[in-house]
Amino acid sequence: MSSSRDLILGRVRDALAALPKRAPLPEWDPAGARSTVAPSGADLWQAFSARLRAVNGTPLASVAELVALLESKGWRHGYCDPTLWPALKAAFPAGFTVETEFDRSRVDDYQFGITVADGAIAETGTLVLSDRGTASRLAALAPWVHVAAIRHAQIVPDLGSALTLLGDDPNVIWVTGPSKTADVEGILIEGVHGPGMQVALLLD
Amino acid sequence: MARQPIDQFVERIASEKRASVYLGTKTTHEKREKLLHDHYADPDALRRLAGGIKQHVVENLDTYLPRVEAKLKANGAQVHWAATAEEACATVHGIMTARGATKIVKAKTMVSEEIGLAEYLGSRGIESLETDLGEFIVQIDHDHPSHIVRPIIHKSRREIAKSFEREGLGDYNDDPGTITRRARAFLRKKFLQADVGITGANFVSAESGRLVIVTNEGNSRFSLAATKCHIALIGIEKVVPRDRDLGLFLNLLARSATAQQLTVYTEFISGPKSPAQPDGPEEMHVIFVDNQRTEVLASECREILRCIRCGACMNVCPVYRQASGHAYRSVYPGPVGAVLSPLLAGERFAEKADLPKASSLCGACNEVCPVDIPIPDLLLRLRDKGKREHAPLASAGTPSLGGWAVMASKPVLWKTALSAGKLMNLLPANWIPMAAAKAWTDTRTLPTWRGGEFRSWMKHRPAKGEGKGKS
Repeated sequence: MSSSRDLILGRVRDALAALPKRAPLPEWDPAGARSTVAPSGADLWQAFSARLRAVNGTPLASVAELVALLESKGWRHGYCDPTLWPALKAAFPAGFTVETEFDRSRVDDYQFGITVADGAIAETGTLVLSDRGTASRLAALAPWVHVAAIRHAQIVPDLGSALTLLGDDPNVIWVTGPSKTADVEGILIEGVHGPGMQVALLLD
Repeated sequence: MARQPIDQFVERIASEKRASVYLGTKTTHEKREKLLHDHYADPDALRRLAGGIKQHVVENLDTYLPRVEAKLKANGAQVHWAATAEEACATVHGIMTARGATKIVKAKTMVSEEIGLAEYLGSRGIESLETDLGEFIVQIDHDHPSHIVRPIIHKSRREIAKSFEREGLGDYNDDPGTITRRARAFLRKKFLQADVGITGANFVSAESGRLVIVTNEGNSRFSLAATKCHIALIGIEKVVPRDRDLGLFLNLLARSATAQQLTVYTEFISGPKSPAQPDGPEEMHVIFVDNQRTEVLASECREILRCIRCGACMNVCPVYRQASGHAYRSVYPGPVGAVLSPLLAGERFAEKADLPKASSLCGACNEVCPVDIPIPDLLLRLRDKGKREHAPLASAGTPSLGGWAVMASKPVLWKTALSAGKLMNLLPANWIPMAAAKAWTDTRTLPTWRGGEFRSWMKHRPAKGEGKGKS
């Protein structure tokens, strides 16, 4: 194994030794990659909601709105992060079955999964999920509806800012709308392996 | 004169197929163009910057690779190196054997296709299932992808519906929504049964050792939620210097590949799952694959190692649009493939020496490239290489210029030909007996041929200062 390592690195060194000079690393200001749709105003939730809607995501400003949505679709069986459930429980009327442990042998029993997001990016309508902050990776992916709970203060204006907040979490995932494909004749279909509906739920 | 293989291929393509490839590529290209210009005042400046950063990485891999390796190890990943395709496959197999694992779910990775991983493992009793919808369809059809981002751009929904019916995935139904639901249900079971998830990586940050993987379907995420072992196959050129550089590359990749602002799932993975997390890999392996890349690095085509596999060059290419991906007989089609495939062929370069000729050198591929690769220049260098190495395919479809060469290298013949050219003045303008030429000459006159006069003038021209008149 180490011999292949040495072989490859040796070949790399040999290949580069012949270069009269090497290209320098260009310096650049991350603000330069900010797009024209990055928000300039102060209300990041409004800006985030608009971008999320643009990718067919669903921003909801209260738990009551979430419950109304789930009821209207008849989705009454789901999962909720155990740290979040005590705060949400009161808003869910009788008739809902909400589990706080995700059983991977029954992934298709859950119509929705509610987990905690670490943040959101207003520029792109993206939800930021970390490994330590997400109670179950599968619960945030397998159910048809994924609800990511966020707070106002966690929304950052642009993608560049979000990159500075990755920290040392081993698995950060940015989710920008529902899972989708255009593989079949270029026709957009949502809900391939992940959720067909991506909800951002504002907690405050 | 033998015809070019790509021309022969094009003649056999069904017109329906050609139309679907043409429409698919054209639509994506136009959306990409609009999005980039709507979102940035000067997208070209971003492309050049990204190209500069990747060129820097390519020319400093000797520094970056050990740095990335150290970071990955510190993050808890195991790092392997594979000099050849065979060694990369054997490394995966070795990890599988050590774990007693027999089932793989595979997210889209070009490297795995390049090294023939599925065939290698299949012949050793290991199932490796493609989970990207398009790649899954390619796999059940024993077909090959024809585009690096849209693998089944060459297939119609009716063909797919027939394949699903044949594979027992339900009765014939060609509704794309139904096809997707059925694949979701089938692959979900496979994800949950699999032992190992294999992915590639779009980028690796040398600063943090983070792998960045983007998918729209969520298949990579599902495999990294359902399986206990993650193996990432990564070409040695995938490094970016710093995490913040990812801001540039992610923005350019999504817009260039699929005309999206950002791909749906962007994963930043620096190691095995955190201890409290119930789902996901406890073990993470990264295999850095050379497979001729160091040869490319040593060649005068090393710029191609900047490529971030977005597919924008094939979407805009007039040759790809007519020929589609299979015409290139390689894992990498289109303009990038015309450069990369002959180079990755190594000793067998001659077998693909015609590919650099599958271009009109119009330069559109360079104009759309998010890392500004000078593809037309590289194609010319490879045409030159093919000629120098006397690869027969490098001359396929090229008119013989032997007569011209004799004339142009003998001054006496050349001068005679120029003077004799004056005889053309005696011919009517539309003498050329070809319909295409007549369409032009019928309504035009030709200038009078004055062959040889310039040479004579040069010889007898007044010396400097003479004939200027009064000054």
